[in-house]
Amino acid sequence: MTIQTRIGRRLVGVARHDGMTYFLEILQPLLEGTGVTLHVFLLTLALSVPFGLGLALLRLSPWRLVGRVVNGYIWLMRGTPLMLQMLFIYFALPFVPVIGVRLPDFPAAIVAFVLNYAAYFAEIFRAGIQSIERGQYEAAKVLGLSYGQTMRRVVLPQVIKRILPPMSNETITLVKDTSLIYVLAMNDLLRAARGLVQRDFTTMPFVVAAAFYLLMTLVLTWGFQYLEKRHAVYDD
Amino acid sequence: MPSTTTELMDVTPMIAARKLYKRFGRAEVLKGVSLTIDKGEVIAVIGPSGSGKSTFLRCLNHLEVIDAGEIVIEGDTLVDTDASGCCRYAPEPELRRICRKMGMVFQQFNLFPHLTVLQNITEAPITVKGLSREAVIPQAEELLRKVGLLEKRDAYPARLSGGQKQRVAIARALAMEPDIMLFDEPTSALDPELTGEVLRSMRQLADERMTMLVVTHEMAFARDVSTRVVFMDEGEILEARAAREMFASPAHPRTRAFLEHML
Ligand SMILES: Nc1ncnc2c1ncn2[C@@H]1O[C@H](COP(=O)(O)OP(=O)(O)OP(=O)(O)O)[C@@H](O)[C@H]1O
Ligand SMILES: [Mg+2]
Repeated sequence: MTIQTRIGRRLVGVARHDGMTYFLEILQPLLEGTGVTLHVFLLTLALSVPFGLGLALLRLSPWRLVGRVVNGYIWLMRGTPLMLQMLFIYFALPFVPVIGVRLPDFPAAIVAFVLNYAAYFAEIFRAGIQSIERGQYEAAKVLGLSYGQTMRRVVLPQVIKRILPPMSNETITLVKDTSLIYVLAMNDLLRAARGLVQRDFTTMPFVVAAAFYLLMTLVLTWGFQYLEKRHAVYDD
Repeated sequence: MPSTTTELMDVTPMIAARKLYKRFGRAEVLKGVSLTIDKGEVIAVIGPSGSGKSTFLRCLNHLEVIDAGEIVIEGDTLVDTDASGCCRYAPEPELRRICRKMGMVFQQFNLFPHLTVLQNITEAPITVKGLSREAVIPQAEELLRKVGLLEKRDAYPARLSGGQKQRVAIARALAMEPDIMLFDEPTSALDPELTGEVLRSMRQLADERMTMLVVTHEMAFARDVSTRVVFMDEGEILEARAAREMFASPAHPRTRAFLEHML
């Protein structure tokens, strides 16, 4: 069938039922896609932030070799496309000797996202931790705080304030990056929208998907604004 | 006899530093510094810039690691050096326990900016000693009253003047109930009109018989408050004598030159 006839049929369709009915019809699959997107987003965030913090602390540890290994890891993760990493973990990892495991699509995607985003978060944490003056460590030490106590009670609370802007950036990027999981044939928001566009030949699903993404990033923006305001009670 | 017992206990020096050596790369910063400090003494450490005063102080509480020598705090060995010249520190828990006997006040205050004045003071007693908030707040307020800053208890450090910051730093150190207080140029970062309030708090502490080691450029404080003045130059202690003697008749020509320059 030619493009023209398809457009013709679609126009007839639109004429037959109004936009509202169509919107309600596509809402269900798009909401399901949003669920997948949020699932990937939240799991990645929850796992990659602590992992990234751990990497940053290792990177700054007195053991040179450990620091170098972490540097290499960050280079690898930031230097290759996330999509490639995802494809590698899903398709190639099963054939790697010793560590090779076959992961189902969803876990494979999560592992790739966590490994990748942890590298970015590690760099944010490292820069934040290094921005805290030596005097803060010395004051804590002189008061008897251990290294762990110094980190938890003195350094990290100040780091959080300083890294909120870059964290906000990275988190919003993550929302949109989740759309990459389509390569593993998972129905996230964007893939669901694309499916509908191809089926019904109208761009409305794209518009709705865009609105959903905007809504998610709006909530994040507000969340980070709230955090920044809460941390603004003191100046550095 | 009880009096004899106290006297016997009192002869254990608060700080006994013997032949401390410290180098940064090629630069030899401490060249065999020895000093013994008894209970209740207020020692002023003076000397030209770069003579190693700060380094000496920072070695005493393990902010710097010495290359050789011996440091004994109230009879407990923090570090010593064996016959082969090998320098050994006490194991970690012991080391922390010994260092906790010394409070320190820095030139740059180093208050915790994310905590209020009160929280700055209660942080260590709660986190390190494991005391409850309720238990430490009255003590913290008492310390704030002592340094005259009770009305600032809920302010953040950024809102305080330099002199107020330094008085909070003093209160914060005292909250850990140290036996010895180390001060590294506590008034050098302050505007001249703000040094008085800090020196007043320190003087009050000296009146309460706190053992104090104070690196300072405040000659008036050294002369009026300290029991002994130590003159350091190029990594060595050239003289350590009663304040009045030191200012009246410095023995070493370099001391004399320094004092003439300062006064
Ligand atoms: N961490 C360090 N690394 C390298 N050199 C250092 C370090 N700390 C101090 N020094 C050097 O050691 C010497 C003594 O420094 P120190 O800070 O102890 O002197 P000071 O008597 O306190 O001087 P000031 O009156 O200026 O504070 C100086 O030459 C200084 O440059
Ligand atoms: Mg100094």
